[in-house]
Amino acid sequence: MLRKKECVAMLLAGGQGSRLYALTSNIAKPAVSFGSKYRIIDFPLSNCINSGIDTVGVLTQYQPLVLNEYVGNGQPWDLDRTFGGVHILSPYEAKTDTSWYKGTANAIYQNIRFMKMYDPEYVLILSGDHIYKMDYDKMLSAHKEAGADCTIACMQVPMKEASRFGILNTNPDGTIYEFEEKPKQPKSDLASMGIYVFTASKLFKYLEEDDKDPNSEKDFGKNILPKMLAAGEKMYSYRFEGYWKDVGTISSLWEANMDLLGVVPNFELSDKDRVIHSRSPLAPPAFVEGEVVNSIVATGGEIEGKVVNSVVGTNCTIEEGAEVVDSVLMGNITVKKGAKLNYAIIDEDVTIGENAVIGAVKEEAQKVESKTSGITVLGRGITVKKNGKVAAGEIVDKNV
Amino acid sequence: MATTVGVIFSSINEQDIPELTKVRSTGSVPYGGRYRLIDFALSNMVNSGITTVGIITKNNYQSLMDHLGSGKYWDLARKEGGLILLPPYSDESETLYKNRLEAMKGATAFLKKAKEDFVVLADSDAVYKLDYSKVIEAHIKNNADITMVYHEHEVTKSHYYLTFDTDKNDKITDIQINPTTGTVKKNYINVLVARTSFLLRLIQDAIQHGYTSFGKDILSPGVKTYNLYAYKFDGYYANINSLKSYFNANMDLLKKDVRHEIYGDRDVYTKVNDSAPAKFADTAIVKNSLISDGCLIEGTVENSVLFRGVKIGKGTVVKNCILMTDNIVGENCNLAYVVSDKNSVIRDNRILAGCELQPYFINKGSLI
Repeated sequence: MLRKKECVAMLLAGGQGSRLYALTSNIAKPAVSFGSKYRIIDFPLSNCINSGIDTVGVLTQYQPLVLNEYVGNGQPWDLDRTFGGVHILSPYEAKTDTSWYKGTANAIYQNIRFMKMYDPEYVLILSGDHIYKMDYDKMLSAHKEAGADCTIACMQVPMKEASRFGILNTNPDGTIYEFEEKPKQPKSDLASMGIYVFTASKLFKYLEEDDKDPNSEKDFGKNILPKMLAAGEKMYSYRFEGYWKDVGTISSLWEANMDLLGVVPNFELSDKDRVIHSRSPLAPPAFVEGEVVNSIVATGGEIEGKVVNSVVGTNCTIEEGAEVVDSVLMGNITVKKGAKLNYAIIDEDVTIGENAVIGAVKEEAQKVESKTSGITVLGRGITVKKNGKVAAGEIVDKNV
Repeated sequence: MATTVGVIFSSINEQDIPELTKVRSTGSVPYGGRYRLIDFALSNMVNSGITTVGIITKNNYQSLMDHLGSGKYWDLARKEGGLILLPPYSDESETLYKNRLEAMKGATAFLKKAKEDFVVLADSDAVYKLDYSKVIEAHIKNNADITMVYHEHEVTKSHYYLTFDTDKNDKITDIQINPTTGTVKKNYINVLVARTSFLLRLIQDAIQHGYTSFGKDILSPGVKTYNLYAYKFDGYYANINSLKSYFNANMDLLKKDVRHEIYGDRDVYTKVNDSAPAKFADTAIVKNSLISDGCLIEGTVENSVLFRGVKIGKGTVVKNCILMTDNIVGENCNLAYVVSDKNSVIRDNRILAGCELQPYFINKGSLI
């Protein structure tokens, strides 16, 4: 039997995520903690394995240390394989033309030999910064059934937000007649989710052509997709219905975390059919003594204070008299006695001193002019001293 | 550096807690929210630098195998050594072993193959953290033939448990096979260190002489013929030899000092499951409890240990309970001093109560 894979997934995980500010100072966006025990990349990787795709290239570039450590040999996602499995693909030095990844298309182009190793019929392109559960196999089936050259996953978004996305203008049969990247005057509300299935031979052809085009920005949305459309390739939209969230901004990251709360949450993590796999930490069950209401708490916690409407990550200690409200605590965080946290995102390994005050009550904080819509952000590894104060909407990445 | 191989008895003493061992071996009895009893001896070995561990199994070991897998969660999935299961009938023996000595006989091929100088034997019916390499250091220093680890506490059961007396240099002077209960003694915790070659000679000798008891025929008379030394372990030690002691050992984790001693360093390894984080609803009230991943709490939980995936319905009050993995408790129930094995369902409005001395036990997979 020939050693090949029908479909290879390529996960774009090299982005800096500059709109997450302090949260991505030292780590790539896909490695940012999410939902108390996960990292963002768990979602696309779990979707892959849950869709029967066992060969995934993860393209890294920006601050890859944490991401590489985390993905490792892929064992947490059952992606440690002798043939296939997960592979970290970083930019490399070649005999001629050594370069960083210059755009999404160029990143994939530079790894054309990786894809060809598996002789795939199809290539699935994914982003590393979305929270969702999706069966890629259904999309792949739709692609095959339609005999498409490229299928783009899309979902309806509110018309007023449409200009933030790549917008698909489609015919009633689902074929795409126009693709507009972030249009000022959107003609439709079908937003591209940045998830593409390509027939491999077509993808390779257009990537190779695009590489020779000096005017190209080497971007899927701006170059590859329009070129394929112009050439009359068969391009289909694939409607996704379900929860999907781009967590590229502080406020969307906060909202996506809050979407996990409640007995019937907007986004269900506890799904026996589509398990979200992760490098689950080795920590004992959480010890809870205080008041924990409408929140999720990961293992290793010692909660003696009050936690309301919050997401608490692995190994967090919340001491007696401390209060955490409407906040996201990522992991290894100590909130000392009497400290008050409101409407904040706290990155990993942070210590908040006694009686410190972080942020302001949500309703008040939301009135504050800031890059983060009033959410207070504390970066990785910092310490807030006893009685310290961080005002609503501030982004802090050094000790205060 | 002295190299060491480990041997764990996963099925010894299972007659003591028939409720829990009916469906599994002692080693795979669930404990402390997410662990199995064997995790403690096994993690102790790994944390003592031991990278080859043989696990002696007897019957009912499917659940144990499922838990251990390849050993990767203990970093024991190795090309050289690693985790090696020693199931019954794997040598020339024609019957299932009846005692520790016969069990060890089944491990002789494994021990002969081992290149390690020393061997640590341990049971899997106890919760404690001990660096076995310290025992080996003492063993070498004392020029001992055998070093036996003890914990000083009141004798609660006379069967299967040895106690001993020592001189001021920790040399064992007398071993009691059936100690009197109710007295504080040096209780052997079934952790033993010897040179691998010495232990193999002992086993060989026992086979030749038709001995049947390791304690009675080898250790007890050995006081006169061998250099038997004691090693004092004075950390937290809980031997699980009854449902009551099982209950108490779980409840001990609610004490900060015990919890921090056992779990503080995050180095008790176990099989990892990808359960979602624990969820607390608007109506949740939780006091002094351990709550594992995958739990959904809508009611009140006090002084309890909840394993993974336990659901507590609205209006339900759970106090002083141990609810194992995937227990589902309906609405408006009242549970006190209940130990419920895995996958049980307790319907709405049920009132179940045991007491501290006699917890109410619910079998695995019950519907109440």
